[in-house]
Amino acid sequence: MAGTAVRGRLSWQVAAVAAVTQETDSVRTIALNLPDWPGHRAGQHLDVRLTAEDGYSAERSYSIASADGEPASITVERLDDGEVSPYLTEELRAGDQLEVRGPIGNWFTWGPHDGGPLLLIAGGSGVVPLRAILRHRDRSGSKIPARLLYSSRTLPDVIYRHELDQYGGSAEVRYTLTRSQPPGWGGFSGRVDDAMLGRIAWPASQRPLAFICGPTPFVETVAELLVTRGYPASRVKTERFGGA
Amino acid sequence: MLLDGNAIGGLLMEVFGTEMTDAQATCATCGAVGPVADTAVYVRGPGTVVRCRNCSSMLMVISSIRGRNCVDLSGMAVLEPRPSQ
Amino acid sequence: MTSPVSRGFHRLSRPALQESGKVPPGQHVTQDFPVLSAGPTPHTPLEDWTFSIRRGGQTLKSWSWPQFLRLPAETVTVDIHCVTRWSKLGTVWSGVPVSSLLDQVEHDAEYVMAHSDGGYSTNLPIKDVSGSQAWIAFAYEGKSLAPEHGGPARLLVPHLYFWKSAKWVRGLELLDHDMPGFWESYGYHNYGDPWREQRYAGD
Repeated sequence: MAGTAVRGRLSWQVAAVAAVTQETDSVRTIALNLPDWPGHRAGQHLDVRLTAEDGYSAERSYSIASADGEPASITVERLDDGEVSPYLTEELRAGDQLEVRGPIGNWFTWGPHDGGPLLLIAGGSGVVPLRAILRHRDRSGSKIPARLLYSSRTLPDVIYRHELDQYGGSAEVRYTLTRSQPPGWGGFSGRVDDAMLGRIAWPASQRPLAFICGPTPFVETVAELLVTRGYPASRVKTERFGGA
Repeated sequence: MLLDGNAIGGLLMEVFGTEMTDAQATCATCGAVGPVADTAVYVRGPGTVVRCRNCSSMLMVISSIRGRNCVDLSGMAVLEPRPSQ
Repeated sequence: MTSPVSRGFHRLSRPALQESGKVPPGQHVTQDFPVLSAGPTPHTPLEDWTFSIRRGGQTLKSWSWPQFLRLPAETVTVDIHCVTRWSKLGTVWSGVPVSSLLDQVEHDAEYVMAHSDGGYSTNLPIKDVSGSQAWIAFAYEGKSLAPEHGGPARLLVPHLYFWKSAKWVRGLELLDHDMPGFWESYGYHNYGDPWREQRYAGD
């Protein structure tokens, strides 16, 4: 067994909570005050470490919700049987301290130099890094065509709805609601399938770049659908979310 | 829990001292090449097991033993980090 | 640098809830049943499933799934302890005692290696799988063992850390000399007694 204990440049920093914003009943955005933050790229994540009075500590990874150049913020969904997410979404308040390391992830990132057209497909809280990508695209003035297909259980579960609806023509945002739809709903219904992708995905001939983020089964289903539509695997970037 | 290489980005930075999710990994068993970000990663067990998405063979096993990370790379034929930007 | 305390954060199950004496050191009690594995869930069809006792490359005895289900089995209630620090109390399993399988072959081996679909393995002294200490379990809480928890059958050895209770077990290899299995080869303790907190080699 090869043993190594290389000390990298990545180290834990103390962060203070600058502000918390309730996005939905179970989702909260936490803006962080990180004096030594080196900056991040849209799509990257950071690791959070919480330490209890008895010394017990827990670590989790969260996608960064903000764009390049903005202060780092994360959006956390409360998971019922979680250990960390209930604390972050219910107990944590401005001024509290936690430890952060990052930014992490050179693969699942996008900037205008990466080109497009962009196809972003989000399952639940998988929308977080894709929102950062859209923010970065918007703030950098990029005209690269972008489409977001965002799958949620119900309309109240949609995170960042107001912001996403503001993009208007420059970035096309479509929602699909899988569990229930409000009366008169004009968006998609049900799980993402080949028919739905047929209505929103760029044709493979346009050499699109796809980013898929969400729970593992969602990501695997959608990735396979895109590859079946002719997207090269190297142009389909995926990030699978776990729990708690 | 089954995730992908993105989920262990921080751990890999600890082990290798550099960003590794975009490193290209070549499976020693089937020869498949792809980014570490795309590997099948099994976490929350005694150690972390990283497998080839194509053939499921083990590429890497990372054990955190008494605060030190031990990594076995014998399932990887080549591991090539991307040049830093 | 010591880590700052995050105000109000605590572990999910507080130590106060643990019944004294029932939980080994460093463990906390969980109500759910975490699914941990080192690889994808195998799906061996039952018509292809066999359980074998082997030695030196030879199969001494083998059972098909229908033969295995006809063996005398028992239902036991045990506490289980994972090296990742969760313990689950009062879990109910049905299984065939390993001793009843080993009694059907003649051997003088002192160690066994359990082998599972997918390549996982774990080693144990024969004395730790004898008597009422180990089972090949095929049911959990009265229902067929789910694939993510090791079904159709897993090894169950509750007095040791749960990595020794190999999921998707397909046989026992009799050994003359002890050899490390999967996690034992990666720095985990060769024996794994939770009451002596034997998590890592050298503990």
